[in-house]
Amino acid sequence: MAEEVKLLKTWSSLFGLRIVWALKLKGIQFDSIDEDLANKSPLLLQYNPVYKKVPVLVHNGKSISESLVILEYIDETWRQNPLLCQDPYEKAMARFWAKFGDDKVLSSIWSVFIKQGKEQEEALEVAMENLKLLEENLKGKKFFGGEKIGFLDLALGWLANLICVLEELSDIKIIDKERFPLLLGWMQEFSQAPIINESWPPHDKLLTKFQIIRENQLKLAAAQPT
Amino acid sequence: MVKSDVKVLGAWPSPFVMRARIALNIKSVDYEFLEETLGSKSELLLKSNPIHKKIPVLIHQDKPVCESLIIVHYVDEVWSSGPSILPSDPYDRAIARFWAAYLDEKWFPSMRGMASAQGEEAKKAAVDQFVEGLNLMEDAYVKLSKGKPFFGGDKIGYLDIAFGCFLAWLRVTEKTSGMKFLDEARTPHLAKWAVSFCADPAVKDVMPETEKLAEFAKLLAKFKPAPPK
Repeated sequence: MAEEVKLLKTWSSLFGLRIVWALKLKGIQFDSIDEDLANKSPLLLQYNPVYKKVPVLVHNGKSISESLVILEYIDETWRQNPLLCQDPYEKAMARFWAKFGDDKVLSSIWSVFIKQGKEQEEALEVAMENLKLLEENLKGKKFFGGEKIGFLDLALGWLANLICVLEELSDIKIIDKERFPLLLGWMQEFSQAPIINESWPPHDKLLTKFQIIRENQLKLAAAQPT
Repeated sequence: MVKSDVKVLGAWPSPFVMRARIALNIKSVDYEFLEETLGSKSELLLKSNPIHKKIPVLIHQDKPVCESLIIVHYVDEVWSSGPSILPSDPYDRAIARFWAAYLDEKWFPSMRGMASAQGEEAKKAAVDQFVEGLNLMEDAYVKLSKGKPFFGGDKIGYLDIAFGCFLAWLRVTEKTSGMKFLDEARTPHLAKWAVSFCADPAVKDVMPETEKLAEFAKLLAKFKPAPPK
């Protein structure tokens, strides 16, 4: 039976990008369906009834949700170009840092983006602490996965693109050369890898989208009673 | 006595610590259980989990592994000759992982939300969310067990461990709220499953008694600061 692989995502979805990268790295043919989250398709509601979110991978009619779960599914189903290494301890470390990236790094950087003034400074300190840990993780390595792009690179890959967008819009430097030379180096290497590079959403479109988000968030914050 | 090269840093009331212990029990791995004292964190814990400073931590050959579900994966992979914890099929693994993540991100927080909710409306919303989650798990159990006793089939597996570890706290919640959540009337399949799970040899020595846990919950409430007005 011919394989049928579909990916439900949005044009800008960070978590969707992880799956695009993983499928391309494995050389898997897939159909991409860009959802409009303001108007969710019956397909999305059918395939992810619990969260109604993207990304969702549909493989021969069976759906899988939650991007890190999808990544492991892809790695276990298509064994070429492994994303996770075989050693259980190294696997545990990759999973730990991927979770750290989603639970701590992303939220702390987002806080920097949607705040201003003193609140932004405080958020920046927290973000820096988290990024320091990632910087240490890169010592002696080209990628988080070692010599090649792996699971953790894909999990943290959103940093390589979104940081530039967020820094441009909030006029603040988050990842600077003095404090984070390895992280900056990784961002460049990762972004320029062919499969990664060709998949980035259009930069201008991202700037517009996130500018609107930032303005709305700042308005909301200003409207809160002190 | 030979010191075990497997240690678990934890505490008996923690459902997350229970996950690690059940996994090791399934594999018949001897381990040293190092109990943390309520209200303080040991040097070893701070050294082994400097980022989150939380239990459980598994220390194997002096290398720490943190986060309970990551520990369960690790145990399954290291002691691969023992009974399997994760299913073998990638799709079944993905579904088990999906539900385990759901339990940690949505369902367990809603259980805690019930206790901390302020006001009638907030309480009702928290209860509704909790019950909705239980109904989802009842359906998931029917689908995944395919008529067998556990989510994992004939023996307990990853999702049994991920979910079953919360049973003692669920019973305490029922006791303190006076409400019934997991029983024959509301969740008939899960009610049966819960009995089988708690009786499993890998589980019964690490599952706290409801009474003991209820006493502990009262003690814990004293440690927690009052919610903001």
